[in-house]
Amino acid sequence: MVEFTLPKNSVVQKGRFFAAPEGATRIKRVEVYRWDPDTDANPRIDSYDIDLDQCGAMVLDLILKIKNEIDSSLSFRRSCREGVCGSCAMNVNGKNTLACIKAIADYPGSIKIFPLPHMEVIKDLVADMTHFYAQYASIKPWIETESPLPADSERLQSIDERKQLDGLYECVLCACCSTSCPSYWWNSERYLGPAILLQAYRWLNDSRDEQTGERLDELEDPFKLYRCHTIMNCTDTCPKGLNPAKAIAEIKKMLLIRQEG
Amino acid sequence: MTYKTPLAKARGLGSAKSGTTHWWMQRVTAVALIPLSFWLILFLQHLFQASYPEMQQWIASPVNFTLLLAWAFLGFYHAALGIQVVIEDYLSPEWLKIVSIWLVKLTFTGAALATLAYAIGIAVAVG
Repeated sequence: MVEFTLPKNSVVQKGRFFAAPEGATRIKRVEVYRWDPDTDANPRIDSYDIDLDQCGAMVLDLILKIKNEIDSSLSFRRSCREGVCGSCAMNVNGKNTLACIKAIADYPGSIKIFPLPHMEVIKDLVADMTHFYAQYASIKPWIETESPLPADSERLQSIDERKQLDGLYECVLCACCSTSCPSYWWNSERYLGPAILLQAYRWLNDSRDEQTGERLDELEDPFKLYRCHTIMNCTDTCPKGLNPAKAIAEIKKMLLIRQEG
Repeated sequence: MTYKTPLAKARGLGSAKSGTTHWWMQRVTAVALIPLSFWLILFLQHLFQASYPEMQQWIASPVNFTLLLAWAFLGFYHAALGIQVVIEDYLSPEWLKIVSIWLVKLTFTGAALATLAYAIGIAVAVG
C-alpha cells in the first residue's frame, strides 16, 4: 500500500556530529542514517567529517573507517569489498549502489548514506532481506530437468546457448534494483521485483532447463510480474550495469508468444 | 503474530494465470488509438463548426459511424484497463480493490453502450 508520509516513530532527526582530526586538509562530510532497535529513539542522521588522506578510495572505506576509528556502534553489511557478494548495498546520495565499488571521488559534495529504501530496518544500514530472499526461493532458482543426466557427460550447452546467460548470471542479488522500484515499494508482498524477475529469466533462458512452461505459469500474474510498469529505475541503479527491465520485458515477450504466437 | 514461513508468504496464493491479455490489450488499444485520435480531431472540428443536421449527416456516414464507435469502444476499453492498473497499484484492501475495479468496468461498459445507443439513434434519425 502506498505510504506518502512517514510514521511518527520513523521521522528522521538530527544526530551527533564528529569533527575531523586536527590538521586534516581534505575533509569529507559523511551523513549516515542511524537507528537502534534497542532504544525508543527515532532514527537520526549522524555526521562525520572524515580526513580523506587517511581513508581508502571507496564509500565502503568511509564507513569502515567510521566503524573502526570513530563510532563502533555503526552497523552495516559488507564482505567481499569488490562487488561480487552484494552485501554492502545501500542508498548513497539518493541512489542505490554497492558501497565497495563506488568511489568517494564520484561525489563532489557531502555523502549521505541511507539503508535500502522502503525496507524494514534491522539496525542502521542493515535492511531486513527475509522476504526478498524468500521471493528468490519461490522462483526455484536451480536447474529443473526430467531427462536423465547423459551417461558420459555433463548437461552441455553450446557457446551460443551459454552466451544467452550473459548479463543475467552476473547478478549478485544485492537488491539495489528491487528497492529502487516504486512498484516494489508499494506492492512487494506480491510483486517479485526486478532482481527476482531477472533471476527468473536467467532460468527461463537456460537451454538446459526443462520447466520453462511451468516457470512461465508461475509468473503469469497481474502482481508477480505485471506490476512492472517500465519505470526503469532498476536498470538505472544496477551497480553491476545489468538490465533487469530488459529481462522483465523478455519474460513478457515469452508469455505473449506462448499465448498469441 | 504469524508462524507462516517467509516462503509461504512469498508464494502467497500463487499465480492467477492471467495478466498477459490485459497487458497486451492495453498496448494494442494504445496503438490503435493513435490513428483514431487523428480522426477525432476531424470529428471535433465538425462538431464546433457544423450545424446540428450537418453533424448528424456526418456521423451517419458509414465510415464516420464506424470510426466513432471504434474510437469510443477502444478509448473506453483502454481507459478501463489503465485505471484498473492504477487501482491495483495504489489500493490495498482487497474488498476496496475488487469493488473499485468492478465499478470501473461497469462505468466504462455503460459509457460504451450509451455511445452505441446515441450513435444508432442519430443514424436512424437521419435515415
